Amino acid sequence: MVEMLGLLLIFMIIGAVIAIETKNLLSSVISVGAVGFGLSIAFLMLRAPDIAITQVVVEVLCLVILIRATISRDVTGISCDREFFAVVCAAVFLIAIFLFGIKALLALPEFGTPVMLLIKSAPTNTYISEGLKQTGAANIVSAILLDYRAYDTLGEATVLFTAILGGLAILRRKAKKEVTQIVEDKE
Amino acid sequence: MIYLLTFVLFSIGLYGVVTKKNTVKIVISLVIMEYAVNLFLVLLGYRKGGIAPIMEKGQEIQEFAAATVDPLPQALVLTAIVIGLGVLALMVSLCIRLYEKYGTFDISEMKRLKG
Repeated sequence: MVEMLGLLLIFMIIGAVIAIETKNLLSSVISVGAVGFGLSIAFLMLRAPDIAITQVVVEVLCLVILIRATISRDVTGISCDREFFAVVCAAVFLIAIFLFGIKALLALPEFGTPVMLLIKSAPTNTYISEGLKQTGAANIVSAILLDYRAYDTLGEATVLFTAILGGLAILRRKAKKEVTQIVEDKE
Repeated sequence: MIYLLTFVLFSIGLYGVVTKKNTVKIVISLVIMEYAVNLFLVLLGYRKGGIAPIMEKGQEIQEFAAATVDPLPQALVLTAIVIGLGVLALMVSLCIRLYEKYGTFDISEMKRLKG
């Protein structure tokens, strides 16, 4: 189980390296799709079917959006890297962050023991033991999403709506028509 | 060990954001970072040999509570995935707009952005 997860993660890491280092934008997008579907399988192995389904749907949409951005643009061979000094600086800082990250990861509990076992007053314990009685939902994840933390889901919908509204406002073409008309009238 | 591999994935995304010049590459690196963080949060809630947090018919609550994985990170990651899609759409529309204005995805050729 853990070994399978490790193999899947190595596959995802290889996909990510290819996605970042390849010269062709379209193959870069396809590689990121491979990483996303690998992530979906990883969620399935971690006993999270709801997230796995959502991840597949989101990944397909994500690929469609990214391909829409890259296809039919005639720039395919691109992206010479930044200057040598900048890359060296980035590498040094990344290694520093990585060392501190290893220190922080060692402080975590062993893989396979969730925090709810260590802290008895964690909210998760209430959700699990009272969830069916209080909300009537057999799926505890949807009980949390739609009942205990319903305002959180409402906020999520608001953020999604705002992001799409922002995207539409950015992509709109007829923005300055009225302004130019006013200027012409004055002249 | 699994945590470490997830952190490697996150670092690859961070490297891409810092060193790449192409805007679409930067967006892709951000997406990879987001994947790594989501996976890390779900990993934190995993229990060895656990079952999915969905009750079966006729199952005792005590028995269920002793076997299930942590549902709280899963619920929050579900929110984060959907928000990530919205943010991605916004970033890509910015990229398309910049391409229409400057005719390139390369951030070092967008002269008027320099202060």
